[in-house]
Amino acid sequence: MRIKTQVCMVMHLDKCIGCHTCSVTCKNTWTNRPGVEYVWFNNVETRPGPGYPKQWENTDRFKGGWVLKNGKLRLRAGGPVSKLANIFYNPNMATIQEDFYEPWTYDFEHLFTAPKKDRVPVARPKSLMTGKYIDKPTWSSNWDDDLAGGNEIAPTDPNVQKLQEHIKMEYEKTFMMYLPRICEHCLNPSCVASCPSGALYKRDEDGIVLVDQEACRGWRFCMNGCPYHKVYYNWNTHKAEKCHFCYPRTEAGLPTICSETCVGRIRYIGVVLYDADKVKAAASVEDPKKLYEAQLSVFLDPFDPEVIKEARKAGINDQWIEGAQNSPIYKMAMKWKIALPLHPEYRTLPMVWYVPPLNPIMNHIENEEELATDGYIPAVDQMRIPMEYLASLLTAGDTGIIRHVLLKLTAMRVHMRAKTVGGVDDYKHSQLLKEADTSVEELEEMARLLAVAKYNERFVIPTGRREMKDDLFYQQGACSIEDLAPPEGMIR
Amino acid sequence: MSSIFWWVILPYIVGTILVLGTLYRFAYRQMSWAAPSTEIHEKKWLRIGSVCFHYGILFAFIGHVMGILIPRGFYLALGITDEVYHAFAIIGGAFAGLLVVIGLVILLIRKIIHTRVRLHSTFADFFTVILVLVVAALGTYITAIYDVFTREYEYRTTIGPWFRSLFTFQPKYHLMESVPTIFKVHVIASFLLFASIPFTRLIHMFSFPIRYPFRAPQQYRSRSHFKR
Ligand code: SF4
Ligand code: SF4
Repeated sequence: MRIKTQVCMVMHLDKCIGCHTCSVTCKNTWTNRPGVEYVWFNNVETRPGPGYPKQWENTDRFKGGWVLKNGKLRLRAGGPVSKLANIFYNPNMATIQEDFYEPWTYDFEHLFTAPKKDRVPVARPKSLMTGKYIDKPTWSSNWDDDLAGGNEIAPTDPNVQKLQEHIKMEYEKTFMMYLPRICEHCLNPSCVASCPSGALYKRDEDGIVLVDQEACRGWRFCMNGCPYHKVYYNWNTHKAEKCHFCYPRTEAGLPTICSETCVGRIRYIGVVLYDADKVKAAASVEDPKKLYEAQLSVFLDPFDPEVIKEARKAGINDQWIEGAQNSPIYKMAMKWKIALPLHPEYRTLPMVWYVPPLNPIMNHIENEEELATDGYIPAVDQMRIPMEYLASLLTAGDTGIIRHVLLKLTAMRVHMRAKTVGGVDDYKHSQLLKEADTSVEELEEMARLLAVAKYNERFVIPTGRREMKDDLFYQQGACSIEDLAPPEGMIR
Repeated sequence: MSSIFWWVILPYIVGTILVLGTLYRFAYRQMSWAAPSTEIHEKKWLRIGSVCFHYGILFAFIGHVMGILIPRGFYLALGITDEVYHAFAIIGGAFAGLLVVIGLVILLIRKIIHTRVRLHSTFADFFTVILVLVVAALGTYITAIYDVFTREYEYRTTIGPWFRSLFTFQPKYHLMESVPTIFKVHVIASFLLFASIPFTRLIHMFSFPIRYPFRAPQQYRSRSHFKR
């Protein structure tokens, strides 16, 4: 057993209102610099839709993540030798123009300086990369927000294209959900394995995946090596940058900026303990549908005395063990199993978990007043967001797992409703519990964490392990890029 | 006297700049040490230009090792006659040289006509591309035209021994006096290029990640135990 700690996040999609506050605060904190204007460490996508960058889930195009070849785990884009042969030109890399978008600002100055005329002056869009005017922007990170673009753009979602029956974007059948995304800080990160310089690494203390800015040589294989497309190339410094889980904040016990400012309070942060020796086997399971289960098997029970003993031996202090015991992530992902990993079939063992959204199905139920409790069970099966769609996002296509989670969430609602307003018949109530394979206690605990949990319950973050003779003042107040990139950028 | 300057003083000045400049940049300017790719702006031209250029320059490098660093006696001992050597050197050298020149011309055109690439290119970038192009064009001219149509010059008895003697600190500069001018220009242009390496994008050649295939795919690093 090789115990390690990992900080994780759960996002409860039911509560995401698609406000983009998380993206904006993240951008203002980390990527408001020349070279990374097009970069969103946190972005919120409307689904169905191509996402950001366009069709990032198209593994045939970007060749991200791992595949199983003759029972062995291999990078989809090719191993080290083929990478070195392709080092002068990376065929799978995305470009700003085609896959991301050319970032722009507006010529606000003109509004003040325009001479008096018959017409009102306009602030024209101006490229942040060339300083030239863009007559007509045609794409951005959120061009298709709230299904803008309708049946032209939404069907370009790779998950939709995978579904057997074609989803027509007819008005009455449309569905929509938000998917906020950050780097998954994977247990088996393919970005790290793709880096020829060894500049990307997983931090021992908390599992955060980082880019060493001094070791990065700009070979760019991480960009498409990450199947979630969450490593970006800074065209100003010529180095890779990515979400770093706001480590300066988490080290101090504070949640990430996106979580801190999340309006829907959908985000939860906590630590889990896992066995690093089991990671490879878990990522090498043959059947993609079994990957979710395999992923769960690497985590350790923080209450098990044996685990606690081993953890102490591995240098994990009591504060972290306690953190793992109180971790909201442990409860949602491992104990109640209502939070699922995004695209487990990429075999990177992603560490940001999603509670699938429930809201839209409830709209389907007519005259809820008279509804018998077991009426909710078929309702789960006829939901607005096709179960296959959620399964293709969260369980490698296994609708059984999705159905179970949704039943559990429904049972929670029914139970809480029975408790506060009544009107639910006891016999049917217990049937729903049985089908959802849960208990009243569990449902009430879930309801507490999902609906009313306060700041300290949502974010259980032990501070950085400072007792390790760390040089706390190293580069204090330093900015990692200030040496190189002039703050005003290369372009005036 | 002038041959002492060109074939003794200049090479050592260049060598000093190259070594000290590279060490300085490695120690104090890590943040600027990268292969400054513009693939994110444009990839169609790059696909041909960059691949041609880089593979060409690799071949050309191997060719120079074979022609300048390895002495003529070595080939003779192996039973490779001068005729066979030159036939190979001309065919291989012309091929490599043409790859480099074609690649560079494509990259240079791309740098000029593609707006975003041009705007993100510095003076040093243009300087480098043009100087490498000059050196490569001279080299290709020597191999593909001069050696074929004028005469087959045996540089392995003059330039080769002189270059090697630089490393033993007993430069045989007089060997260079009889060398045809076109070869001299190629050598001096190359030395200018070497001197510019620490200050330009060319620095990335020293970080070719040769260790990548031999390391573990996953890298763990501890915050507390890692010291720069
Ligand atoms: S999601 Fe993050 S950790 Fe996982 S492969 Fe991508 S960049 Fe690496
Ligand atoms: S801030 Fe929260 S609610 Fe708003 S888009 Fe981001 S994740 Fe969703």
